[in-house]
Amino acid sequence: MKVFGSLIAFMLLAAAPLRAEIDITEVTSPGGINAWLVQEESIPFVALELRFKGGASLDLPGKRGATNLMTGLLEEGAGDLDSRVFAERVESLAASFDFDIGDDAVSVSARFLTENQDEALALLRDALIQPRFDQEAIDRVKAQVVSVVRRDAQDPDNIVGVAFDKMLFGDHPYGSSIEGTEESIAALTRDDLIAAHKGALARDRVYVGAAGDISPEELEGLLDTLLGELPATGTPQAADVEVSTEAGVTVVPFDVPQSVALFGHEGISRDDPDFFSAYVLNEILGGGGFEARLMEEVREKRGLTYGVYSYLVPKDNAALYLGRVSSANDRIAEAIQVIRDEWTKMAENGVTEEELATAKTYLTGAYPLRFDGNGPIANILVGMQMDDLPAEYVNTRNAQIEAITLEDIKRVAARILKPEALHFVVVGQPEGLDS
Amino acid sequence: MRRFLALAGVCLLAAAPLHAQTIEDQVTSFQLQNGMDVVVIEDNRVPAVVHMVWYRAGSADEQVGVSGVAHFLEHLLFKGTEKLAPGEFSQTVKANGGTDNAFTSYDYTAYFQRVAADRLGLMMEMEADRMKNIQLDREDILTERDVIIEERNQRVENDPGSLFREQRMAAQYLNHPYGTPIIGWRHEMVNLDLDDALAYYQQFYSPNNAVLVVAGDVQPDEVLALAQQHYGPIPRNEALPERVRPSEPPQMAERRITFSDPRVAQPYVMRTYLAPERDSGDQRKAAALTLLAEVLGGSQTAVMPQKLQFEEKRAVYAGAFYSGLSLDDTTFGVVNVPAEGVSLEEAEADMDRVIAEFLETGVDLTQLDRIKFQLRASQVYELDNSDSLARRYGAALTSGLTIDDVHEWPKILQSITPEEIIAAAEEVFDRENAVTGFLRKAEEVTQ
Repeated sequence: MKVFGSLIAFMLLAAAPLRAEIDITEVTSPGGINAWLVQEESIPFVALELRFKGGASLDLPGKRGATNLMTGLLEEGAGDLDSRVFAERVESLAASFDFDIGDDAVSVSARFLTENQDEALALLRDALIQPRFDQEAIDRVKAQVVSVVRRDAQDPDNIVGVAFDKMLFGDHPYGSSIEGTEESIAALTRDDLIAAHKGALARDRVYVGAAGDISPEELEGLLDTLLGELPATGTPQAADVEVSTEAGVTVVPFDVPQSVALFGHEGISRDDPDFFSAYVLNEILGGGGFEARLMEEVREKRGLTYGVYSYLVPKDNAALYLGRVSSANDRIAEAIQVIRDEWTKMAENGVTEEELATAKTYLTGAYPLRFDGNGPIANILVGMQMDDLPAEYVNTRNAQIEAITLEDIKRVAARILKPEALHFVVVGQPEGLDS
Repeated sequence: MRRFLALAGVCLLAAAPLHAQTIEDQVTSFQLQNGMDVVVIEDNRVPAVVHMVWYRAGSADEQVGVSGVAHFLEHLLFKGTEKLAPGEFSQTVKANGGTDNAFTSYDYTAYFQRVAADRLGLMMEMEADRMKNIQLDREDILTERDVIIEERNQRVENDPGSLFREQRMAAQYLNHPYGTPIIGWRHEMVNLDLDDALAYYQQFYSPNNAVLVVAGDVQPDEVLALAQQHYGPIPRNEALPERVRPSEPPQMAERRITFSDPRVAQPYVMRTYLAPERDSGDQRKAAALTLLAEVLGGSQTAVMPQKLQFEEKRAVYAGAFYSGLSLDDTTFGVVNVPAEGVSLEEAEADMDRVIAEFLETGVDLTQLDRIKFQLRASQVYELDNSDSLARRYGAALTSGLTIDDVHEWPKILQSITPEEIIAAAEEVFDRENAVTGFLRKAEEVTQ
């Protein structure tokens, strides 16, 4: 122990000043589209991340799954090119465009070589502005989505999420799967997809981040070509929704040897002044790694699980504080009891000086390591804009973490940890648990 | 503090566009006197480093009857040494702003940390310590055995697709240990004990059976000096056995299996053929198979999806897969997930028909050009991710390949002709070497 002791002390002293050299340039196109850039010329390619706020929550009543299906069809032909020719063109440029969707955003992750940047962006533009929605492609992608829906219905990890969302959010879009149901998917028409496209991909909700071998002038010049012909406005954003839960357990019977549990209650929004304290608190309670209290108590001491985590989920229309654990059917009840006890203990007593110091050192030390490649950087740039953070946040963020005191954590623990509201949804054949 | 500031100065200088354009220029390798291989991959864009130690020992090196012990030991390496208390390894990494973990495969076990570049020495000090000095309590480790059983529950028992894969692999290999799952058979895992873990540890964990890979903001001579300081004093294991596993006899009978489970939502048919892997100095056949998998099923414009998904609409998904990175014979696979109304028998016939047509028609040259251009571009894209580069070298060097083999590989891929692809296909598609598996939804029986 001694040998390492001295070395570790030395390293802790050195930990504070480390900072990634991240130089963000903000650009605005003549057409008024903003983008953030980290220019990095050493590798001749560009990662471009676009995010359209709203996502699957923009589905109109009775049209559940429309935005998801629309997103899946963006790569299935555009302008004069049918799906096959479009795919061949993208491949022949060695570009890649990934279209993805969540509750709160449609995201487009593009990667292309500097040497054929203009051709790649022209294809991406067509996919975004004039997707074809050929009936042939609609039918084919519908069949794929239905296949996913059926698989999800047999997957305990997914069943538990669906049950929890339904309980929390009911008829709000958050309360059902973004894919929709077999019935709602079957009923979607080409017109529904055109409407979903207009509603979701609009200029009033787009955020742009880029990293790699491109100059601010080049980026500024291409934004209007890429996005300028999208509609100025889209479907109004979904309404906020209150989260309320009561302590308890809901069992969803399913024949698997290991029960999967999702647990949680109301959380804290990203723009709340206590968010940072809550973030540090969660790191200590159930964040990544083996040192968090939940991991220590449930896995390391008792061997009840392979993994247990908790995480803050500040969505656009609701804030959640969630966690997850899986244990054999005859052991899940004990895992749940341990988690409840830890939840209560931290709500009442907060954390120790040493835990806070360790969490700070980890979080501040790990932050610069996130900026490890053009793709991750482009992603971070978009995320910061969507969270309404200034560009200089990359340089002030660690100081905000450092400023948190033991008293802050104690106060926020009492505020956001709610043992009386901590609800567990369990999928499996758990023993000793009653709904 | 002085050392840290000096390093930070270097980072600032290196941020200028001096980045090497090919991976060869960024890679340096050494061997320590005790036989430990060292690979350094320079990437000066971020002041971070990934430090990995790979052992040339995986689940396929286990003794018969103790399946899962390689992976169990991997977990136990976090449980302390004479100098470090249980859990203190990861706590120390974390206290230095880093992350750490480990993974086990058939052919290797690897431990890694990702930290600020100036913590490299500390990582080496701790990793070198646990190469020889783990200290375990016979009773305490039973808790960790429960953890790996829960891990098996999570990864395998709860997922019919994973159970199906285990059954297929067991049928594929008549004699070679690749037929045993990495995580272990459950009935053997529940009996693993300290003696099993220590026997594996003492046999395989030594510098002459290890590869150190360091990628990130480092200088090769600095890494070498640190490696000599921390790993250099560990004596080699003179009793390290030659790495020879039981090999496959001639396979003379096609195997067909059906796995039924009520949780199967989407039935499919998958066939794997025993196939050659990349061998040192002899990678052409594996390169041809790599391209064959791309041509047949690598993207939506490939032969199988074009025919079955797009033209005939008889499949939800169709594809082919192959990875040549393996110490011993691997597999080439094809899969067809039928559309509604198409049976598994028909799906199998569809798959075979499309492959037969492909062998008649040959390789579409414009498709092959696209694939080769994408492979060239991937040599640019991959420079952006030093973690995955580090993994590539570690996996190759523990799978019987050399650094030269890794560097030759992209050139070999570019040189493969359409004729070689067809020849490789005709050789690999031998049903006597194959396992055809149906994953079905079990009808629920009311009692």
